[in-house]
Amino acid sequence: MGLRVDALSCARGGRLVLRDLAFAVPDGQVAILRGPNGAGKSTLLRALAGLLPHGGVVEIDGQPADRDARSELVAYAGHLDAVKPQLTVAENVGFWARLLGGDRGPAIAAFGLDRIADRPAHLLSAGQRRRLGLARLLLAPRRIWLLDEPTVALDADAMLALLHAVRDHAAAGGTAVIATHGPIGVPADIRIELSAEAAHAAEAASDPFLAGSWA
Amino acid sequence: MSAARAVLARELALALRSGGGAGLGLAFFVTAVLLVPFGVGPDPDRLSTVAAGTLWVAALLAALLSLDRLFQADAEDGTLDQLALAPLPLEALVALKATGHWLTTGLPLVIAAPVLGVTLSLPPGATPWLVAGLALGTPALSFLGAVGAAITVGIRRGGLLLSILVLPLYVPTLIFGARAATATDPWPALLLTGGVTLLVLAGAPFAAAAALRVNLR
Repeated sequence: MGLRVDALSCARGGRLVLRDLAFAVPDGQVAILRGPNGAGKSTLLRALAGLLPHGGVVEIDGQPADRDARSELVAYAGHLDAVKPQLTVAENVGFWARLLGGDRGPAIAAFGLDRIADRPAHLLSAGQRRRLGLARLLLAPRRIWLLDEPTVALDADAMLALLHAVRDHAAAGGTAVIATHGPIGVPADIRIELSAEAAHAAEAASDPFLAGSWA
Repeated sequence: MSAARAVLARELALALRSGGGAGLGLAFFVTAVLLVPFGVGPDPDRLSTVAAGTLWVAALLAALLSLDRLFQADAEDGTLDQLALAPLPLEALVALKATGHWLTTGLPLVIAAPVLGVTLSLPPGATPWLVAGLALGTPALSFLGAVGAAITVGIRRGGLLLSILVLPLYVPTLIFGARAATATDPWPALLLTGGVTLLVLAGAPFAAAAALRVNLR
């Protein structure tokens, strides 16, 4: 069943960025989301996560995705890692483990955070902070992963850890939508291409001045 | 419940760590109150007439001091996005964060007020009523402030706007709370202070959650 999107459109700041988007990601498959800067990749992922209001249909297992369904089934990892600088690495993961459910030990180990578990998060490098953000995915099992450029700042080891995590997730029947510019090493079952032209056309069509309807 | 406990424990830990601002409100409260005798003069009679009002106004300003970061810090580092997706209603999150703010800012003011009352020559008989009024009234300050903080979460340097939005809403609490410490029969004012707080506790989480949803876009 998995994730199905139909006629999705989404506006940011009064301008339409996505228009009539349709795709489906069945269980156990990984979709790679590509497109130039400004094509709407982050907007799409935030809309799928339910953080942005959108038009059209987002279905999970054939059911419209409301807030409850999303909070139980969707995990989102955006550009920001949601790391509290005052807390240590273990405290950061521990908080999310208590909030989302799950055990913090395996999540810390999977991304090689055990050696820096006692370190305050404000001392972490960008890559270490990203690992900490990604470790949240492994806490409580969520069927649908929405990852926004997860490989930024990661080294080779962490890339491998992410690859394993995504593969295990897909093998367990989960789906993932991953926005990325570079090669991620995950075989893409489905490719979703967003183009800057489409975003621009959507914007023009939603703007009465640019569409010429006022002429 | 474990999710609620996790949020509250995190709020307290963050407030008590460096840069959290838990001690800041108390320090501001003490400093502001201790400045008043310099301005008004050391005459005990004159000080005692303004003591309750001074303590209450200082408490309002001290509560406001750390409110602008209530949601802003979480919005800036992406925590708010994750919390909005977590299996905890946004209304409960707001209530927990406001409770954490009261425990780290409002409660210390209540405890410090009797000591500062002595320096302002507050009549000894009025001290218990002042403390009771502050204990009943300060939760309303944190919860009303949470609404203002949620509205201004996306605004850089929103702290000033926050004070303009929130301070007028503090007026009923200020009037009844200060009256409870000065009136000959303090009960009606004290009960009204509690009533205002109950109204705010019931409504503010919903208003703040609605404002947060708008700002998440």
